[in-house]
Amino acid sequence: MTELGTISFGLLIIFAAVGGAAVLTWFERRLLGVWQDRYGPNRLGPFGVFQVAADMLKLLTKHDWVPPFADRLVFVFAPTAIVVAMLLGFAVVPFGPDLYVLDINIGLLFFLGMTSLAVYSVLLGGLASNNKYALLGGLRSAAQMVSYEVFMGLSLMGVVMLTGSFSMRDIVEAQRDVWYCVPQVLGLFTFMIAGIAESHRLPFDLPEAEHELTAGFHTEYGGMKFAMFMLGEYLGLILICCMITTLFFGGWLGPVLPPVVWFCLKVFALICFFVLLRAAIPRPRYDQLMSLGWKIMLPLTLFNLLLTGAIALWMEG
Amino acid sequence: MFKALMSQVRTIWTILQHSFTRAETVQYPEQKPYLAPRYRGRIVLTKDPDGEERCVACNLCAVACPVDCIALQQGVKEDGRWYPEFFRINFSRCIMCGMCEEACPTNAIQLTPDFEMCEYNRSSMVYEKEHLQIEGTGKYHDYNFYRVAGLAITGKDKGQAQNEATPIDVKSLLP
Repeated sequence: MTELGTISFGLLIIFAAVGGAAVLTWFERRLLGVWQDRYGPNRLGPFGVFQVAADMLKLLTKHDWVPPFADRLVFVFAPTAIVVAMLLGFAVVPFGPDLYVLDINIGLLFFLGMTSLAVYSVLLGGLASNNKYALLGGLRSAAQMVSYEVFMGLSLMGVVMLTGSFSMRDIVEAQRDVWYCVPQVLGLFTFMIAGIAESHRLPFDLPEAEHELTAGFHTEYGGMKFAMFMLGEYLGLILICCMITTLFFGGWLGPVLPPVVWFCLKVFALICFFVLLRAAIPRPRYDQLMSLGWKIMLPLTLFNLLLTGAIALWMEG
Repeated sequence: MFKALMSQVRTIWTILQHSFTRAETVQYPEQKPYLAPRYRGRIVLTKDPDGEERCVACNLCAVACPVDCIALQQGVKEDGRWYPEFFRINFSRCIMCGMCEEACPTNAIQLTPDFEMCEYNRSSMVYEKEHLQIEGTGKYHDYNFYRVAGLAITGKDKGQAQNEATPIDVKSLLP
């Protein structure tokens, strides 16, 4: 691709991702409604799809308020960090055989780095608010991210081992025969759980835990700053789904339909599954979350790593 | 640990099955919910089967009202009947508890299954007697207080009410 083509494709990805995240707020509420035997927002426009616009207008017209006791600079900066980090993460996602912004030989590491950067947003937001609930939320998110980051990276090493490359394109190409969700089922399981924790979505949304910490790290946030946090969360959800698709479900690979359509379909199915997890599973207690991470998921990941390594060595002869 | 995992999987499966159940939601403004006849909503004043107003301005409802939203003043007609000169309910205070209906000795004040009484102006929530009074008998069709009460009014003397014996003249020695 030419330089101009890459830039315009990058912009397209940004608009598609942000637009997708906005529509996802409505879609998720409708889907949750289906599973909870109610309708969700269905008043505005066909199937209530204009609810997105209504929410946006409301958030835009809200008073942009910074609490007098907050650390002003950090308080304003924090919400942007998560959006920027998550959007940068989309750069390495291959949407098709030649539909990507950049294909670097450490694509996977770049993605892991960007999702880790997003932690700063939550942490700084909680710290700069100068509010006890927000601080507790930030504290929790820091601990949660640290413990889930560990096996998030390790769970992908099985995939890397089988492919022999960190490049996303190579990983997809290596799944021509069999998708990695079959040989790497343990890796998929652990990565999925780490991904939910990483984007702090509902079963693992302890940083905001609204019935313990009012709204956790974004207690003091309102208007568009709050919207940025939400946007970052939904972008994170889409990004994690893109990653799971690429790493475990063969990315753009699939018969008949064009590659991009296959990719989008897989991502869509995964998003629905994540919403289902939100609808079904209650939030664990904080210590349960930590012990799940360190006592179960980490050993499981290490076991997977050892097993994959042994089999890979054995196959080589 | 495995059991806990399976329980989570079962939960997800159960929730997934709810994709095929109907939503319980009643789409309110288009689709009205069923309200029982004894639902406690907007308060009305009823009339007896003869078309006279039932309220005798005894003030028991105003006393029973826990939020003091009822105000009325008693007056007497030429035929001896009591009636409220004004009867005012402030619905911005009313909590629809139904205590007034229970207290009422003449079944005059009754609660109806209507709750759609929003107003933009707070003073519009104060209902006067002409807003409260309805033409019908409400929930009790045959009841007429003055036909069973012992009070003498024009056209009905002592002892002429239903189930009432003629009064005994205690000063007379005649059998």
